[in-house]
Amino acid sequence: MTQLRPDLAVIADNVAPGARVLDIGCGDGTLLAALRDQRKCDARGMEIDAGNVAECVSRGLSVIQGDADTDLAFYPDASFDYAILSQTLQTTYRPDQVLESLLRIGRKAFVSFPNFAHWRVRMSLLWDGRMPVTRLLPVAWYETPNIHHVTVADFRNLVAARGITVEQAWFLGGDRVMTGMGANLRAEHAVFLLSR
Amino acid sequence: MPTAATITASETITLPAPLELDCGQRLDHVQIAYESYGTLSPARDNAVLVCHATTGDHHLASPHPITGKPGWWDKMVGPGKPIDTNRFHVICANVIGSCMGSTGPMSMGPDGKPWAMRFPVITIRDMVRAQVALLDMLGIAQLYAAIGGSMGGMQVLSLAANWPAIAQRVLAIGTTSTMPAQNIAFQEVGRQAIMADPDWQQGDYYGSGKAPDAGLSVARMAAHITYLSEESLTEKFGRRLQDRAEKTFGFEADFQVESYLRHQGSTFTGRFDANSYLYLTRAMSYFDLTEDHGGRLADVFAGNTARFCVVSFDSDWLYPTELSRRIAHALNAAGAPVSFVELSAPFGHDSFLLDVPALDRVIEGFLGR
Repeated sequence: MTQLRPDLAVIADNVAPGARVLDIGCGDGTLLAALRDQRKCDARGMEIDAGNVAECVSRGLSVIQGDADTDLAFYPDASFDYAILSQTLQTTYRPDQVLESLLRIGRKAFVSFPNFAHWRVRMSLLWDGRMPVTRLLPVAWYETPNIHHVTVADFRNLVAARGITVEQAWFLGGDRVMTGMGANLRAEHAVFLLSR
Repeated sequence: MPTAATITASETITLPAPLELDCGQRLDHVQIAYESYGTLSPARDNAVLVCHATTGDHHLASPHPITGKPGWWDKMVGPGKPIDTNRFHVICANVIGSCMGSTGPMSMGPDGKPWAMRFPVITIRDMVRAQVALLDMLGIAQLYAAIGGSMGGMQVLSLAANWPAIAQRVLAIGTTSTMPAQNIAFQEVGRQAIMADPDWQQGDYYGSGKAPDAGLSVARMAAHITYLSEESLTEKFGRRLQDRAEKTFGFEADFQVESYLRHQGSTFTGRFDANSYLYLTRAMSYFDLTEDHGGRLADVFAGNTARFCVVSFDSDWLYPTELSRRIAHALNAAGAPVSFVELSAPFGHDSFLLDVPALDRVIEGFLGR
């Protein structure tokens, strides 16, 4: 069994067994396969890249080629227990609208993203005056798919303004779950469980 | 390991009961020509139905008895191939209305003369009705999967919509749930080319020593263009001249593409019946899965427990991706487990018949579980 990426492991460990799950931006289906095989979930996916979708189908997964910015509209209300958006929010044109869609389609939503206020990112900007290229943000500014960088504090502000409840939050540094203290500075990565 | 599929049946059977058609007529003594490959398991749970496209036949993975050419999906069906005949019992039947062995306008009517245009107008659902009757005769109550491209895709969608308990997996490639106006338009051009040929004789050309070959040939040429892509035509032919150095300032086939199309048209008349072409394209023009559901495609599949996979090709402008996406979204709204992928291939609508390794992987993976 392949080791899940740490943020995906957090999500997999916290999805209720047997739940109906939609993973948006599911990549090659690693999380979906784990949810199906380990948590006995009814796991579906959406993915923009055709090669990844073909890979998912070849793993026996049900995945639709689609774009989170436009194609979530076709899913009925409350059709899933969880909608999952891992490492994808910062690549969408309208993260706020995507967030609303997640909580329309799913009763709850997992959202994970790289924290742009991590101290390494801050150092890069402060000392070098350069857009950061880090372990979790490995691509240079001109070719990164991340068009809406977000920090833990920004995200908390957005969900509060939208009346969204944070049920639980996990923060990751060096692939380990850490305490939430000073997360906006210390966390490389955040995972939020949201509901209305 | 042998790569040819082991053929387990190649025969023509007569349905025991009349077929009640959508037009209200009933068709007696319907004959169905079919082939099957691989062994049916004792539990009868490994049957896969493959539905062919408009001018296809049941010679799925065995050489055509007349032309000697390999079966039309030989690359997909066989031992160790994506539709693995070591594992599945694969069935392919010629559709009714065709001229390849199943009952159609060329067959004898009740009065001992060919049906010709007295043959009832059939629908895609009628074709599926005949296939379901064949499965009944074969003692197959459930299919592991139903697979089809183009008109074959329409059939598997119709099967899922109208006989939801039969197929456990449905794979529809390069197809639509409702025939769009542009496609009806192309189909009508083909029909008019045939019917404008004086040798058509209102369809009563059998035994007259003449047949509407010119009309059928033009119909095929026009249709053939829609199966290809601009990219593949440009790459294959460009503006190259056919066996000559200069333009002739005449109306011979100066260009390679002209020569190719004329060849496609004339060889087609040798293997296909013009009246069948009328009936099969009519059935496609009429195809609209939503007409009994107030135009709501999601309702068509409500409560269906099959797994679905919908595949389109980026160069297919006859059944473009948008049509497949619509099917996928409807299945999603109906809560059905569905996969959808647009594959990249340069060959246009015909891509599903040609060498596209990504399609092999998708089919193999979809059948995997």
